Amino acid sequence: MRILIVEDDSILRDGISVGLELAGFTTDAVSTVEDGRAASSTTPYDAIVLDLMLPDGSGLDLLREWRKSEQTKPVLLLTARDQVEQRIAGLDAGADDYVGKPFDLDELAARLRAIIRRAEGRGSSEIVWGDLALDPARMRVRKSNIDVELTRREFGVLRLLMSRAGGIVEKSAIEDALYGWQEEVESNAVEVHIHHLRHKLGRESIETVRGVGYRLATKALQ
Amino acid sequence: MNSIRARLIVALIAAVGAVWIAGVLWSYHSTQAQIEKVLDSRLMESARMVSSMMGERPTTFAASSNRSSIFQEGEGYSRQLTCQIWTLEGDLVSSSDNAPPESLAGSTEGFVEREIDGELWRSYTLINHDAGIRVTVGDKVDFRNNLIADVIKGLLLPLLLIMPVIGGLIWWSVSRGLKPLKKMADALSGRDASNLQPLHAAGVPTELVPPVTALNALLERVERARTHERSFTAYAAHELKTPLAGVKTQAQIALASKNEQIREKALSQILRGVDRTDHLVRQLLDLARIDIPETEVPVSTFPLSNVAREVTEDLLPLQTHRGVVVDLDIEQPDPPISTNSELLRLALRNVIENAILVSSPGQKVTVKLGAKEGKMYAAVVDEGPGMSADELSNATTRFYRGKNGAERGSGLGLSIVEAAMAKLGGSLTMQNRPQAGFEVELSLFCSPAVTPSAPCTASGGHHHPQTEKLDATAS
Repeated sequence: MRILIVEDDSILRDGISVGLELAGFTTDAVSTVEDGRAASSTTPYDAIVLDLMLPDGSGLDLLREWRKSEQTKPVLLLTARDQVEQRIAGLDAGADDYVGKPFDLDELAARLRAIIRRAEGRGSSEIVWGDLALDPARMRVRKSNIDVELTRREFGVLRLLMSRAGGIVEKSAIEDALYGWQEEVESNAVEVHIHHLRHKLGRESIETVRGVGYRLATKALQ
Repeated sequence: MNSIRARLIVALIAAVGAVWIAGVLWSYHSTQAQIEKVLDSRLMESARMVSSMMGERPTTFAASSNRSSIFQEGEGYSRQLTCQIWTLEGDLVSSSDNAPPESLAGSTEGFVEREIDGELWRSYTLINHDAGIRVTVGDKVDFRNNLIADVIKGLLLPLLLIMPVIGGLIWWSVSRGLKPLKKMADALSGRDASNLQPLHAAGVPTELVPPVTALNALLERVERARTHERSFTAYAAHELKTPLAGVKTQAQIALASKNEQIREKALSQILRGVDRTDHLVRQLLDLARIDIPETEVPVSTFPLSNVAREVTEDLLPLQTHRGVVVDLDIEQPDPPISTNSELLRLALRNVIENAILVSSPGQKVTVKLGAKEGKMYAAVVDEGPGMSADELSNATTRFYRGKNGAERGSGLGLSIVEAAMAKLGGSLTMQNRPQAGFEVELSLFCSPAVTPSAPCTASGGHHHPQTEKLDATAS
């Protein structure tokens, strides 16, 4: 799950970024409204963590701008002004949730998972496809009720495939979801992750759609 | 007595009462005088009448005549008149039957008061030489007084009955007249503490317009101050909570991560965050101290260069850390100024600190001290990127941070400088330098204590008018 962080305080920005990576997210971090606007228009994020007071403007204005242009990506506000009217203003401007500074990293991660889940239209946090069950909060995957050990990246790929419920996921989309801007992506990185996943879940579990991408095998349903 | 209503009622009743008593006393005296006059003229009239009647009769006849044939008897006030007729030789010719046996008066004409058998009589005597008689007509003084008392009683009774009616009317009028005041008081006391809406000025009596206007102006000022304070607090909370959130997040990372490298980085970020929070708290406290609305700040006299040297030395660690050199350029002579050294140091420190922070390693910050136009100035010049027009116009706005200031600044530095200079009566000017870099100038009026032998103007030349004006106001 790839998250955009818009926060001007360098220590906090770095903290959220590293913390969310530890929780299994992929993050990009920027410090201004302008950079936030640019990043969100070029990269498909699963959710955005947005600070209210930024050096070149208000996070709320950026949020309103997104909502006006039909941008429905889930947005979580970081606010120190945790008075009720500020929360109301934030939620009314189109925010999906907020946390007040200082916050707990685990809570931030949990809230992000919740708003992403809601945005994907799922009620339960667990994603099930056939005999596969994926719990994003605990980063745990079970196949026929037996735990399967996956790396962070493998988990990310599987989560993306399962969230599309058998739809095709393009290779570039997988790369986008897994790697931030600063990270070097090997050209065959996605193939390697798919290979490992097939090894752990069974050869037929993931199908290759030649020239397009990958999808979960419908066979897994049986 | 603190109630306007009680005061008004008491004052009105006292005033009406005083007028009432004066009226009663006046009518008592004038009624008494009038009645006395009427009674006296009745005595005179009666005496003349008797005398003229006696003039036609022989004295002897009169002496033997029946008393009662002349003097009719009556009831009440009508029988009060008493008459005696004497011969000039002093024999009683005749008298009314209610007359005392003794003579009511002496042998002289005119009014006389005489006490007979414990009763006071007032009488009038008329001498008729033709008839050879003396006629005396008298009244008992008690009778006269009773008459006066009765008349006055008749006058006073209605006035006494009117008194409570007047009191009631006063109470009612005062209460009614004070109704707008009570309405205003009710409207104010019915409010909760957060309601600072102005009072309605429409329909208020003219006497209440000045206090209502003044009150509304006060409410507006309080509201503005409160809004300002609220937004300052909100900003301060945001500015404090952000580094705290950073520290907390980094601490959680340090606790959660098993990767030595990540942990070490998180710990050093925590240290950085604590330093920055400390810096911010210091600036908030500085600002709060300057904001205290006290008029008198302690003033001492010292050379401007002393402060500049101290500040530059204080900032040595920062200079070393950033690789920036601060140069002091002091024009000679270096005349003393009289001002509050603490506020001046605060202002200068923030300006020099800013200059160091916007400079790149290897660049130079110049602090130029001098005097011009009757003012001492400290100009801080850096070789940094300067400010955009937008940044320049917002530079002294509290918590505003320009794009270059986002890394370390709290957005309070120049607000502190501006507030401190305003308190010292000095000024702050900022401008981009045409070549490159940025210049901030603090200027202060020269010390009024400066003696002519050490003039403020560095050149020592002609006296500038402004200096003279300052001297004049100071003496």
